[in-house]
Amino acid sequence: MQPETQKKSSVSQFIQVVSETSLIPFLSIVTAMLIGGVIILLVGGNPIIAYMGLLEGAFGSVRALSETAIWSTPYIFAGLAVALAFRGGLFNIGAEGQLAFGAVFSSLIGYALPGWLGFDLPMWIHLPLTILVGGLAGGLWAAIVGALKAYTGGHEVINTIMMNYIALNATSFLLNGPMKDHAPLNVIARTPEIAESARIMPIFDGLRIHWGFVFALLMAFFVWWLLNKTTLGFEIRTVGLNPDAAQYAGINVKRAIVLTMLFSGILAGLAGTVEVTGLNYRHELGFSSGYGYDAIAIALLGKSHPLGVVLASFLFAAMRNGATRMQFLTQLPVDLISMIQALILLFVAADAIVRYIYRIKAKGERVTLTRGWGG
Amino acid sequence: MTEANIVLEAKGITKQFPGVLASDNVNFDLRKGEIHALLGENGAGKSTLMNLIYGLHKPDKGEIYVNGKHVVIHSPKDAIAGGIGMVHQHFMLIPVFDVAENVMLGDETVKNGALDHNFVAKRVTEISAQYGLDVDPNALVGSLPVGIQQRVEIVKTLYRNAEIVILDEPTAVLTPQEAEDLFRIMHDLTARGVSIIFITHKLKEVLAVADRITVMRAGKVINTVKPAETSEADLANMMVGRNVILTVDKKDHQATEEILKVENLTVRDQRDLETVHGVSFSVRGGEVLGIAGVQGNGQTELSEALTGLRFPTGGKVTIAGKDLTSKTPRNITESGLAHIPEDRQRHGLVLSYSIADNMALCDYYYPPFSKNGVMQPKALDENAKKLIEAFDVRTPSAFVNAGKLSGGNQQKVIVARELSRPGVKLVIANQPTRGLDVGSIEYIHSEIIKMRDRGIAVLLISAELDEVMALSDRIAVMYRGKIVTIVDAKKSTREQLGLWMAGAHVETA
Amino acid sequence: MDWKRFGFIALIITALFGAVVMVGQSQQRPLLIITSMLATTISVATPLTLGALAGVFCERSGVVNIGIEGMMLSSAFFGWFTGMYLSNVYGWTLMPSIVTGTIVAVFTGALMGLLLAWLSVTFKVDQIIGGTVINILAVGLTGFLNRQLFFGETSLFGGTVPSSPGVYSAIHLPIKEIFAPMCGGGEICLENINAINRVFDQKPIAWAAIILVFVSHYVLFRTRWGLRTRAVGEHPKAADTVGINVERMRYLNVIIGGMLAGLGGAYFTIESIPSFEPLMTNGRGFISLAAMIFGNWTPIGAWAAALVFGSSQALQINLQLFRESIPEQWAFLQQSYVVGLTPYILTMLILTGIIGKTMPPAADGQPYEK
Repeated sequence: MQPETQKKSSVSQFIQVVSETSLIPFLSIVTAMLIGGVIILLVGGNPIIAYMGLLEGAFGSVRALSETAIWSTPYIFAGLAVALAFRGGLFNIGAEGQLAFGAVFSSLIGYALPGWLGFDLPMWIHLPLTILVGGLAGGLWAAIVGALKAYTGGHEVINTIMMNYIALNATSFLLNGPMKDHAPLNVIARTPEIAESARIMPIFDGLRIHWGFVFALLMAFFVWWLLNKTTLGFEIRTVGLNPDAAQYAGINVKRAIVLTMLFSGILAGLAGTVEVTGLNYRHELGFSSGYGYDAIAIALLGKSHPLGVVLASFLFAAMRNGATRMQFLTQLPVDLISMIQALILLFVAADAIVRYIYRIKAKGERVTLTRGWGG
Repeated sequence: MTEANIVLEAKGITKQFPGVLASDNVNFDLRKGEIHALLGENGAGKSTLMNLIYGLHKPDKGEIYVNGKHVVIHSPKDAIAGGIGMVHQHFMLIPVFDVAENVMLGDETVKNGALDHNFVAKRVTEISAQYGLDVDPNALVGSLPVGIQQRVEIVKTLYRNAEIVILDEPTAVLTPQEAEDLFRIMHDLTARGVSIIFITHKLKEVLAVADRITVMRAGKVINTVKPAETSEADLANMMVGRNVILTVDKKDHQATEEILKVENLTVRDQRDLETVHGVSFSVRGGEVLGIAGVQGNGQTELSEALTGLRFPTGGKVTIAGKDLTSKTPRNITESGLAHIPEDRQRHGLVLSYSIADNMALCDYYYPPFSKNGVMQPKALDENAKKLIEAFDVRTPSAFVNAGKLSGGNQQKVIVARELSRPGVKLVIANQPTRGLDVGSIEYIHSEIIKMRDRGIAVLLISAELDEVMALSDRIAVMYRGKIVTIVDAKKSTREQLGLWMAGAHVETA
Repeated sequence: MDWKRFGFIALIITALFGAVVMVGQSQQRPLLIITSMLATTISVATPLTLGALAGVFCERSGVVNIGIEGMMLSSAFFGWFTGMYLSNVYGWTLMPSIVTGTIVAVFTGALMGLLLAWLSVTFKVDQIIGGTVINILAVGLTGFLNRQLFFGETSLFGGTVPSSPGVYSAIHLPIKEIFAPMCGGGEICLENINAINRVFDQKPIAWAAIILVFVSHYVLFRTRWGLRTRAVGEHPKAADTVGINVERMRYLNVIIGGMLAGLGGAYFTIESIPSFEPLMTNGRGFISLAAMIFGNWTPIGAWAAALVFGSSQALQINLQLFRESIPEQWAFLQQSYVVGLTPYILTMLILTGIIGKTMPPAADGQPYEK
C-alpha cells in the first residue's frame, strides 16, 4: 500500500485529475491532426493553409464563433446521450435514430398543434411542450431497446442499430407522406415550418446562436449532478461498473437499464429537437446524418464525463464549422474532417496506442461493454 | 542422494509482480519418483513458483534445470517438451469438448487433414486403464463430476508423457475419500517413476502423503523437511511465522427462536437444470449452522435463492417469521439479512468505487447516506472511517478504491458493511475465508462467532470441511442438491462427514 | 443447430414465399414465382452469408466483430475502385480487372481484420468499441476518398466518375440442356426447367459463399485448426497451458474473418451493381451478426439464417414485379420503407431469444490476460 499523500488542496487535486484525464484525449487529437496533415500532403494539399483555414472558419469572427456554438449544441446533447449510457454500462449506437424521432415529433407538435386545437398557443406553453415531446419521442424509442435488454437479454448494440434503420425508414415515410410540407412547389421531403410560438429565440440580434446552446450547457451540468450526486446516479453507475454487485446491493438492475436508455434517448431526442426549434424551424430528411456516430466519438473523447463531452463537442463543432472555410481555401473535401475524427476516435478508444507512442504508463480501469450477445 | 536423482531443480528464482515480491530467491529440487509437497498459505508464492516452472510466467532471475540440464522455459510448450505436466487448481478443461478432444488439444493426431478422434480415444482408454483412472474418452467434460475432471487433467499430462507432474491444490475440490483415491493414484504414478510436486495448504495431507515438504512464506522458502521429522504445529508455525491457534475458541451456544426456515426449496441454475431438490432446514438465533459439501453440489444456487439473487422454483423461505420466498435482495436485506457473498469481487464489491462507497453499497438509499434522493458524501465518509477503525481494515484512507486492497482487506470491507448494519437477524456467509491469509481467516472467524454470541443466526456455507467443523454448532451435509443429514457438530467426525459428502447413505441409528 | 430452429427458419421462408405467390398467382404460375424468389434469395443472401461466416471465425476464436459492416464497406470501395481504375486507366478487359478487384477487396478485408485484431488482441480495447472504430473509420475513409478522387476539377478524373467495366456474370449450369429433351417439346415443361435452371445460375461470389459455408464447417469442427480456434474462444487459458499461442490464433482468425467480410463487400460493387455509393452496405454487416447468433455460431446454421434474411429481401424485390396485383389499400406495404423493415424487425425478434436461446463461445469478447 502506498503511503497517503496527505490532504492536498482541492484545487490542485482538481487540476491534477483534469490534466491526467485530458492528457490522452489531447495527445489523440494531436496525433490524428498530424496524420490528417500527412493525408493532406499526400493528396497534394498544404496542411498549414488547411488547418489555418479550419481555425479561421471556426473562431475567426463573432459570426464564426456563433456558428461553432450552433454546431456544438446538438453534439453536446447527443454526446451526453452516449456518455450517460456508457456510464450505465450500455452502448447506445442509436442516437442517430432517437435524434431523428426527436426532430420529427417536435416538428409535428411545432407546426400542427395550433391547428389541432384551433387556436394559437402562447410560447410559454407551446415551446416547452414541443421540447418535451421531442425529448420523450427519442427517450421512448430508446427505452424499447432498454426493455429488450433488461427483459430478454437482446443486446443493445445490434438493437439500437436496427432501431436506427427503422427510425430512418419511418422518418422518410412520414416526411414523404403524412407530414410532408404541402407548400406549393415544394419537392423536398420536409415538414412545414413550425409556429413562431414553438421557436427558441436567438440570444443576440443578427447572430444565429440561440438559447438552445445555453440549454445544452445546463443539461451537461444536470447530467453531471444526476450521475454523481443522486442515488439514481449511484445506481446507474453501479449497474454500469458491476451489474452483479448492483443486484446483490438490492438495486433493481432491469429498472436501471430501462431508465438509463430512457434518459439517454431523451438527451438524443433533444439534440434533434433543438435543431428544429432553435435553428431550422422544421425537420428535413437527411439533415442529421452522422450526428449519432459523431456522438460516440465525442463521448469517448470526453471520457464519458459531462464536462469532457462539452469540450469534445466544441472541438468537433469547430472542425465541422471550420471545414467549409478549409474547403474554400484548399479545395479539400469536407469529408476530410470525418477521416480526422475517425482517427481521433481510433486513438481515444485504443488509448494503448497513444500510450505506446508517447510512452505513458497505463492507469485506471477500462470500459467493458462486451458481456456476450444474449439471445 | 546423488545428483542423477534430481529431475528438476530451480535455483535462485525471483519474480516481482507490481507491489509484491512473489518469488524471492527460491531454491527447490525434485527427485525422481518422489512426492514433494510445497506447503504455504494463500499468497505465499507456491502457485507463482509453479507457473514459472511451467512457463506461464517468466522469472526475473534464476535458473531451471531439468535432468541436470539448464533449460529456459518460455511457454508451456517448452515445459511440456521438457516432460513437465501441470494440473491447475482451476481446471484447464473446455466444458463443451469431450474428454478425447480435451486430451489431444495442442498435441493433436491428424489423419488425412482431419482429427483422428478414434486414435486419441484409444490412447485415453489405455492410459486410464494403466493407472486405474476410469475415464470415458467420449464423455462431455462439462457433464463430468469434478473428481473425474481432475483425472482427465492427469490423463492430459500422461498423454504428453510427462515425467514431472505438478498438482496445484488438487484436494480443494475433493471429499476426504476422493482425496484418498487421489493419493493412491499419486503413489501409482511415483511407483512408475513419475515425480510429483504437490501444492497444498493443508497440513494433514502433506504429512500423510509427501516424501519431503518444502514450506514457503511470503515468496521465500522457509525450510525443507521430512514428514517424520516434523509435526502439524511445527509446519503451521513455519507457514505463518508465529504460533497459530488451530481451533476456534468458542463458548457453548445458546440457541433461541427459529430465525431462518427453509421448506422444500428447489432451485434451478442458469442452464435451467434443477440443482437444489427440495431442501428443508432451519437456523436458530445464537447458533451457527454449517453446510458442508464438495463445491458444485448446489450450495451456490441455495445461497443465491436464500439471498434473493435467484428465484427458487418451489418451496418457502421464512426469515424471522416473514415469508421472503422470491423476494428481491433489497426486501430480504431490509428484513435483517447480512450476506457475505461467495465471490467477493463479483458480487460483494465494486472494485473501482472507493471504500466509502463500498461500505454503503447496500445502504446508500436511506438516511444518513442519502436524503431525498441526493447522496450525502459526509455521512458516507464518517461511516467508512468508523468501520475501517472498528474492523481493522488496512488502508491509507477511505477514498482508496476497493480494487487496490488485498483480498483479506476487501473481505473485511464486506464483513464490516454487512455485520454493522442495524437490525441484522441472520448472517449468510458463503465461503467467507476463501483465498485469505491466516490472519484474516482468524479475524473473520472471530467476527462470525461474535455475531452468534450476540444471538444472531448464522448460516455458514463452506467447501473447507475444517472451517465448517471449527465454527458450526450443527452441520448439514449437502450432496447433489440435497441435505443428506443434519448432525450435532460436537458428535461428528471428519471421516463420517466425508463419507456423507461423497454420497454415502445415512443410517438411521 | 436444433430442429426447432431449422423448423422456424423453414416456416418464415415458407411464409415469405407464400406471400409473393398469393399476390402474384394471377399473373404468374406459382412454380415460376418460387424459383424466381429462390434465385433472388440465394443471390441477396450472399453478403449476409459471408458476413456471418466472418463473424463465426472471429467469435469462435473469442473476438466479437461488429466491424463487419465497415469491413464490407471499405472492401466494396477498394474492390470497385481497383476494377474501375484498371479498366479505365490501363485498359484491362472485364474479367482481369474485376478479378483483381475481388482480390483487392479480400485483401482490404484482411487489413481491416488486422486492424481489429491489433486493437482487440494486442491493445485489448473493448471489442465493441474496436468494431465501432472500424465502422466509423470505413465511413470516413470511403466518403473522403470517394469525394477526393471524383469530385472537383482537380480530382483524378476531372470531376467525373468513370464507368466501371461491369460485374460478374452468372455461371451457367447446363441443367436445361440435360433435362430439356425429356420434355419432348412440352411448352410448360420447358418453361419449368428453364425456371429451375435459373435458380442455379448464380454468380461466382454467390457460389463461393455456399462452398465456403461447407468448407468452414469442416474446418471448424473436423480439423486441428478448428479445434484450436474453438478452444481459444472457449477457454483461452486452457489453450495456453497446452502450448497454443492464443494471440496468434485470434489474429489469424480475425484476419480470415476480415477476408470473408471483404469478399462479401466485393459482392456489392463487383457482383451486384458496377458502382460504389457511400453507405451502400446499409446495415448488412450488422444483420450478418444476427444471422450468426441465430445460427448458433455454426457456419451451416448461419447460412440458414442468412437465407431467411435473404428471402425477406427477395420478398421486397419480387413484390415490385406484381405491383398492379396489390389491392389499393395495401399498396403502401410494398413501399421500400415498409417491406424493407422486415430484416431489421426480424433481427430484433431473433435477439430476444424468443425462438430459443443460443450460447456464444464462453470467452467471446474477452481479451486474454495471462
